[in-house]
Amino acid sequence: MPVTQPVTYPFTAEKLDLSPLYSALRKEQPLSRVQLPYGEPAWLATRYADARFVLSDPRFSRNESLRRDEPRMRPFPTPPDALMIMDPPEHSRLRRLAAKAFTVKRVEDWRPRIERIAADLADRMLAKGAPADLVTDFALPLPISVISALLGVPFEDREKFQVWAEAFISTTKYTAEEAAEHRASLTAHMTGLIAEHREHPRDDLIGDLVAARDEDDRLSEEELLTMLSGLLVGGFETTATQISDFVYLLLTHPEQHAALRADLDRIPQAVEELLRFVPLTTGTAFARYALEDVEVGGVTVRAGEPVVVALHSANRDESVFTCPHQLDLERREAPHLAFGHGAHHCLGSPLARVELQVALRTLLTRFPGLRFHESEADVVWKSGVLTRGPERLPLAWDHD
Amino acid sequence: MHIEFDEPKCVAAGQCVVAAPEVFDQRDEDGIAILLTENPAADLHEGVREAAAICPAAAIRLKE
Repeated sequence: MPVTQPVTYPFTAEKLDLSPLYSALRKEQPLSRVQLPYGEPAWLATRYADARFVLSDPRFSRNESLRRDEPRMRPFPTPPDALMIMDPPEHSRLRRLAAKAFTVKRVEDWRPRIERIAADLADRMLAKGAPADLVTDFALPLPISVISALLGVPFEDREKFQVWAEAFISTTKYTAEEAAEHRASLTAHMTGLIAEHREHPRDDLIGDLVAARDEDDRLSEEELLTMLSGLLVGGFETTATQISDFVYLLLTHPEQHAALRADLDRIPQAVEELLRFVPLTTGTAFARYALEDVEVGGVTVRAGEPVVVALHSANRDESVFTCPHQLDLERREAPHLAFGHGAHHCLGSPLARVELQVALRTLLTRFPGLRFHESEADVVWKSGVLTRGPERLPLAWDHD
Repeated sequence: MHIEFDEPKCVAAGQCVVAAPEVFDQRDEDGIAILLTENPAADLHEGVREAAAICPAAAIRLKE
């Protein structure tokens, strides 16, 4: 029931800017018609309250996407065994198997190890001297080391992971055929790792999940494979990009950067504000299908129609956040939606939070006078992938 | 204050444990939240309100 011609989505914006179209939509048309690069047209929800409603109301289903031409950013649809396409209670069964690795207690136990990894990376950057590229020298290897150790995959495979992860989030960087090839390589690699864990059982997340499959039949082989691939790729790409985005924002907000340096205990709060502020992805997808007619933002979404939710827009909703377009590291307002909302709220968020806190603390304590190597213009931005952030971020700092 | 925790809704995000560690914990085996007390002391109410607001599954309801 398209009331108007759908608008081409995603809206474009440079660097970490957010398209002004979102503000206009929140004000005038909180639910509007959009056409994503692939799939059928959808409703786009831009307000905070509507976003939370659509993402948590059981009348909206992810699973319905399997029977539809799901609106999406990438050519391939969500795999049928992925957590991201399941509804409760199927979803709960599978999610709870992996959730044990990401409890607040478990990730806090990991904090000292994460701090050591970050400290080692900082040592190497300092030994090599400026300029350093934050992306390759710190932002990527930190979360890759962490998720590799947590899952039980060899860190030596990291370069392959980077390519596979990029293929996963590629919109135009790789052709559909190349992306499919890389995804197949990742699956083959994971199949090998599972076989290895079966032969030599180990006490890591792959070991746990293999035991849940073999001893209790709590998930299928395909679900196991898809989940492990998702955990590996989802486990570092987003965190790595956030670390670079956070540093970019600190360097472009020198007063707040200095204030945070002077009071490192405010880092956890600063991380939450940075999470609210960064538009981490170019657009949105993972449509929720209405199972019956539902009223949202003054519009009746008809049964069978998909809604996509713009989390970045919700995080800039003027009715919830004061001066939403200003980064304010002292802000304490409503919870942001950077990790989503509802049943699919980011499984790895407790781990991501600790990694982001450790990353900032390490960089702020070990690198006095941290700055762009020459100028902000040297930052090279990613393109053709779902995440937004620097591809290269050359840094310099004060030497003793 | 009386807390109602709707366990089947819980998605194991652990946000309540961060907001109110004296009132919420998580099961080791699957991350599902555990309500430690239904009637928390007054000095814990603010943290509990934050936990209820932040819960991505809306699994925490408060009667005040």
